[in-house]
This record gives sequence, structure tokens and C-alpha cells, in this order.
Amino acid sequence: MMNRMECLRVLADHITDEIVVATYSSATDWLAIVDRPLNYFAVGAMGLASSHGLGLALARPEKRVIVLDGDGSLLMNLGTLVTIGAIAPANFVHLVGHNGSYEANGGVPIPNKEVDFAGVARAAGIESCHTFREIDRFAAEIGSLLKAKGPVFADLVIEQGPLSKRDYSDMYAPARREAFRAALDAGA
Amino acid sequence: MEEKVQDPVAGVAARLSGGAIISAIKDAGVGYVLSVPDLHTSYGLLMPIADDPDLKLIRVCKEDECLGIAAGLSYGDKRAVVLIQYTGFLYALNSIRAVAAEHRKPICLMVGLLGKPPGVAPRDAKRVGLRAVEPILDIMGIPHQLIETDADVPRIASAIIDAYEFGHPTALLIGRRPVAP
Repeated sequence: MMNRMECLRVLADHITDEIVVATYSSATDWLAIVDRPLNYFAVGAMGLASSHGLGLALARPEKRVIVLDGDGSLLMNLGTLVTIGAIAPANFVHLVGHNGSYEANGGVPIPNKEVDFAGVARAAGIESCHTFREIDRFAAEIGSLLKAKGPVFADLVIEQGPLSKRDYSDMYAPARREAFRAALDAGA
Repeated sequence: MEEKVQDPVAGVAARLSGGAIISAIKDAGVGYVLSVPDLHTSYGLLMPIADDPDLKLIRVCKEDECLGIAAGLSYGDKRAVVLIQYTGFLYALNSIRAVAAEHRKPICLMVGLLGKPPGVAPRDAKRVGLRAVEPILDIMGIPHQLIETDADVPRIASAIIDAYEFGHPTALLIGRRPVAP
């Protein structure tokens, strides 16, 4: 089992000009590590991070889009995997932090902690599906996965928390959305 | 199947052309249609859209996916219409609240009012779900228009263009079954 912060730090070492769509606990920790204009925070309607990411991937095919989802969030929009599998955007990477809980909602368990998300994604039509339980293997493979033809799906089996300081009003701030658009328009 | 009825409001034979609606959304620069099927609009709109080479149809599993996808598309200046039934609108309310109402993204909802008799205002419909649509949009501050006859169609393009140019959501309520092109 991995630690989310550790995973995200490994991921951050590979990030250059990608769009990173993050939600809830992943967003909180990601923001604590990398505060950059090309971060896009999908909070406010739980479950939609991958849908936002899909729209961005279609809108900006020249950019790679990395979605940092949660297991509870994905379960609220599981059909998204079928939609993504059907459209198959080549620039789309979907990473799911799997700690078996609705962590942002008090850490209560999801209905089935042992759900095989990679299996579900594969059955939904996504060919490149992976499960990571050890940080060393994740660190060794994430670089090539980020460059691989998408869609790519990875279940990151992690432990709960601890959570970084949450400030949804900051994530929600219109200034962040404006900075995101400005960075895209500037060709960042 | 053509539906041609005597419109009690207009007092003349009224119809709603699916082809005219499709032309209107193209005139507004829409390239994507995001949809969950709606019996009200399937024959007159969704199926012709699926066959239209100028429009990309994204079939989603549940209506709230449309909100995220449309928001993401807007960052590439790609315009989209969300074509759903009013029951799907009710299902997706939390996403509409967050993405459209609070974040003021240019979400263009095209909502089929299945079961609303032509000429009857949505607020006067028998079905509680139909009666709820306009008050909910009002509370959320989402402008809306009833598109019920061909005379209403010219308002579609302007509503969509306004939403994208000024950054706000809009809702077009399809009050009668469109006739297939």
C-alpha cells in the first residue's frame, strides 16, 4: 500500500506542461505539492473530475490531461469509464487514489473496498489499465505511462490520509479558473 | 413521425422542425452535442444529429457527465449543447448547480419536456417534474426559453452565442416533439 502524498510527489517530478485535473483529497494534497496555473480543480460536484478531464482532452488534443480522481468520486460517476473507453482520447491519463473511503466526507468506507477498478476500467473498454500497490513500481513506471497512448487508467492503492490543509474557497476561486485559461491561451 | 397539432396559444397549426433546431445550433458555433437519449427528442433531434457530419455526438451514461465535459470543452473554445430529458435535468441538478450556476460556465442545456402538451406552459403541466423545471432554473439564475414552435427557433442561436460570449449557462426547453428533418 502506498501513501498518496508520496505518489503525488513522484508524479510531480514528471509534470511539465500537462493539465492536471484534481478533485477533493487528491486536489488538496496536489495543491500542497504543486501550485501551478495548469491545475484544474473539479470540486463542487463530486464524481465529475474525469468528465471535466475528458472535455479538456477533447478541447486541447495537443495537451496531455492527467486526472487525479478518488475511489469514492469515481464510484459516483462510474459510467464515465464507459464514455472514456468509447471516445478513447489518446492524451488522457486517469489516476485513481484508492483508499477504500470517502475520505473528504469523514473517512467512511466505500461500499466495497476491494473493488477491482482496473478490471472495471478494462471491461469498460479502456485497454491500458494498471494497478499499483508499491511506490517503487509506481515510480519506475509512471514516467512511461504518462507518455503512452491513452486513455491510460491506473488504480493507486493507498492508505488513508493524512490530509493536507483544505481550502475549497481557494480551489473554487474564479481567479484560479481565469489563470488556468490564461495559461492555456498563452500556450503554457 | 410528424406531430402537427392545433396550438391553443397561437391558434394556428404549429410544428417544431428538428432540422431548423440543428441549423440553429450550428449557426451558434456548436460542434459537440452531449446526450443521454430522450424519447421526446430522439427521432427529431438526436438521431439526425448522430448522422450529421458537422456535429460530434458524445453519448454519455448519465446526464451529469455532460456538465463536466461541456465545461472542459469550453477551455478549448469548443461549444457544446447538452441534450437531455427533463428527468435527466432533475437527476443532474447538483452538477448543474455547481458547474453552471455557481461556476457560471457556459453550459447550454436543451431539455426535452416529455409529456408536456403543446400550448400548455411548463408551470401548468400535470407532471410535478415538468412544473419544477422553470422554478429551479429561476432559483439557479439560469435564463431559459421555451422552444415550442418554429417561430421560437431563431432564439436558439442567440441564446447559445450569448452564453458563450458572456460566460453564463442557458436552458432551452423543448416543449413539443421536434419533427425529423
